[in-house]
Amino acid sequence: MNSASTQFIPTRRMGLYEPTSQMGMWNDYRENNFMDIPPPVILDVNSRFDNQSEDTSHGTVGPSNKYDQEASKPVDKVLRRLAQNREAARKCRQRKKAYVQQLENSKLRLMQLEQELERVRQQGLYIGGGLDTGQLGYCGTTNPGIAAFEMAYGQWVEQQNKKNADLRDALYSDIRDVELSSFVEDGMKHYFDLFAMKETAARADVFYLMSGMWRTSAEHFLSWIGGFRPSELLKVLMPHLEPLAEQQRLELSNLRQSCQQAEDALSQGLEKLHQFLSDTVAAGQLGEGPYLPQIRAAMDKLDDMVRFVGQADHLRKETLMQISRNLTPRQAARGLLALGEYFQRLRDLSSLWASSRRESA
Amino acid sequence: MDKVQKISSENGVVIFSKSTCCLSYAVHILFQELGVIPYVHEIDRDPEGKEIEKALSRMGFNGPVPAVFISGTLIGSTNEVMSLHLSGSLIPLLQPYRPLN
Repeated sequence: MNSASTQFIPTRRMGLYEPTSQMGMWNDYRENNFMDIPPPVILDVNSRFDNQSEDTSHGTVGPSNKYDQEASKPVDKVLRRLAQNREAARKCRQRKKAYVQQLENSKLRLMQLEQELERVRQQGLYIGGGLDTGQLGYCGTTNPGIAAFEMAYGQWVEQQNKKNADLRDALYSDIRDVELSSFVEDGMKHYFDLFAMKETAARADVFYLMSGMWRTSAEHFLSWIGGFRPSELLKVLMPHLEPLAEQQRLELSNLRQSCQQAEDALSQGLEKLHQFLSDTVAAGQLGEGPYLPQIRAAMDKLDDMVRFVGQADHLRKETLMQISRNLTPRQAARGLLALGEYFQRLRDLSSLWASSRRESA
Repeated sequence: MDKVQKISSENGVVIFSKSTCCLSYAVHILFQELGVIPYVHEIDRDPEGKEIEKALSRMGFNGPVPAVFISGTLIGSTNEVMSLHLSGSLIPLLQPYRPLN
């Protein structure tokens, strides 16, 4: 690409070219066959100089070669100059045309890339559960159960955001407690729906669920057995439930302790499963002969894994139910809103983490 | 069946489990954390294990182990134990069997 097009200024006036491009034109001219230039029949030389129009070939066409012959030498130069201008103009038009063509192609390509990016983002939405498109990689489409879960979870997150916004509006409006209760019921049910989805997905691929690939990075970092840790959730919620009656405070404190004990027990059970799996696979002689019995024995543990994830979700469900039983509708609504916003913040944080990683790369 | 009734009436807190069942182990850990030492009966190590399973299902227990009894009453499996605990109802049931309170 010659310099002229990269410095293209959108103007029809050829005279506004930078000097460097003029140099280029002169160089081009030398290579030209003089015969290609249209016949020089200009009369009004002065105005021709002044009128630096791009399209010099549209100049007045007159007959008189006689005039030229009389003042031949300077006229020759002028004619040659004009011919060169025309040639330059022609080349300029050609380059402009080529440049515009290139722009059109780039625009098309950009549109295609944007569509592709949007499509990948949609998948990232389902896979990452958020805008964190830094999470690629899991080929969930090879497992239809997981692919279905990813789709459903993406929708669940969108619905969750909408329900949260509606709940916020309801809380700040002049709504009666009984109506607020129905918002709370609906919000809780939405979380229970997620647990049901997870149960189905666990049967399809429990390791996928445990890996947290379907959640954003911040959510996964803070997770416990495939989801939020109930006792931690209580800790997050408590300040937002104030003011609390003493009895409520006591009950919630007891609930938190019970959660911690239950979580502890499940964690140790999972640790035992971990050990058991390792021992089972390593049993017998490593490095010799068939190991099918060991593999088969380990396969049985798959069901246990599924049960553990189910137990963790059961604990989450029970915790949410217990919390709401101890609260007034307004307190429960505030708690639910706080919960939703907490997770939304984690999802947003993950997006920022991902984009900051991309920028620094 | 006699064996199930016998074991559950002779011991305050009973867990029917399998040696390889890690959820049963989790329930065991929970009881220990609450100051209770449960009687654990591993049915896969019992020649009459199948009979026990049948007896349990006759009592309405259809799930996989653990099957938990407190004071001779069938409580259920892990789900039921956890629900009871979170609602604060488990410790009162275990109270008679918590030596250190």
